[in-house]
Amino acid sequence: MCLAIPHTIVSISGHKSAIGRAGTVEVEVRTDLLENLSVGDIVLVHAGFAIEKLMSEEASEIEALWDTIRAFAEQ
Amino acid sequence: MKDTSANRVRLAARALEKLAGRPIKIMEVCGTHTVSIYRSGLRALLPEGFQLVSGPGCPVCVTSQGSIDTLVRLSGKEEIAIATYGDMVRVPGASLSLAQARAQGAAVHVVLSAAEALSLARKLQGKTVVFAGVGFETTAPATAAVVLEAERDGQENFLVLNLHKTVPAVLRILASDPELGLDGFLLPGHVSTILGLEPYRALAADHGMPCVVAGFEPDQVMAGLALLAAQRATGRFSVQSAYPQGVRPGGNERAKALLSLVFEESGAAWRGLGNLPGSGLTFREPYTRFDARVRLGLEDRETPEPAGCRCGDVLAGRIAPSDCPLFGVTCTPEEPVGPCMVSSEGSCAAAYRFGRRQVP
Repeated sequence: MCLAIPHTIVSISGHKSAIGRAGTVEVEVRTDLLENLSVGDIVLVHAGFAIEKLMSEEASEIEALWDTIRAFAEQ
Repeated sequence: MKDTSANRVRLAARALEKLAGRPIKIMEVCGTHTVSIYRSGLRALLPEGFQLVSGPGCPVCVTSQGSIDTLVRLSGKEEIAIATYGDMVRVPGASLSLAQARAQGAAVHVVLSAAEALSLARKLQGKTVVFAGVGFETTAPATAAVVLEAERDGQENFLVLNLHKTVPAVLRILASDPELGLDGFLLPGHVSTILGLEPYRALAADHGMPCVVAGFEPDQVMAGLALLAAQRATGRFSVQSAYPQGVRPGGNERAKALLSLVFEESGAAWRGLGNLPGSGLTFREPYTRFDARVRLGLEDRETPEPAGCRCGDVLAGRIAPSDCPLFGVTCTPEEPVGPCMVSSEGSCAAAYRFGRRQVP
């Protein structure tokens, strides 16, 4: 139940709502829990509410994590 | 070699092999992790002696039998409509499940969000809608947001039976259980999206428990397990995140502010674990008019769990699903006895659907 599905924001539909797309499905997403959402942001949606903006897979934090794991694997 | 998810899984598996030492027992706290691990067959990649046990992170499963029976009882009242997330309706009650009550004419509505429950209250003006507020910190902020909306709109026929629970307190109890003998926690990704890393610090500092937040893709789970093994190998225990994609170190400040505006910490009744102090949420004073317990004068009555059902022991990591004598015999996803076989993220349902082909 704590699953959250990434959705891309395709439009801002209200003060506390936006339209999010996952695959080919578009749904209304409540945005009460996030500030400064923009069209194109990818958000995690849980039980109809966006709970966080998803960081790009290219982010340096993710690269650093896998560098650490690579170092363990190659030690 | 391109850094695909499959390559990353293999890389983390190699890291686990290199870090393997004495046997290690890790609890994956979140039911969604349990399902992901079973579905992807990751256990086959773990080194010998690396054991995973499922924890209490399935909100429907940890909802006490008394709470299920309270909902069923309420559903029998003409003036009440129940709004609940889907898995709750199939959990057997002492006499009926909510689904069976609905078949007998009770107004039981499955909703996908707390906002939908409030919309239902707007439509059903002749009834009082009681929303079964289950879920951990991932879900509770949405309930808080909707309560604020109900207050703003003066929606008097909307109540919440607050069954929300919080994760860090129950982990402190499990960490200090010598019989369990855990060596670390794979922490829930999306609970941590809200909480951040700070609330787990005491687990590492005071209980000597390695703690790593992980996402739900196979490579994200394996990254979490590799970091846990590394903490065990070095003896330096801390709270780390292997899920930077979805978790900021400070969590979601706005969601946390909403939570503490509407709710305060309380004890909560957990199936199999009893009443645990500091592990639940209750309404703060200005919002108690939305509290179904207050408005309907409900008392928390504990009722016995189904005879022979070992869900409580499964949730506490004390036994594996297949150790329950009912598992796969009289308790199946089609005819569940306990909630761990009902919920899509229950350990027993996951073990039944995916596990029997992999685990000897």
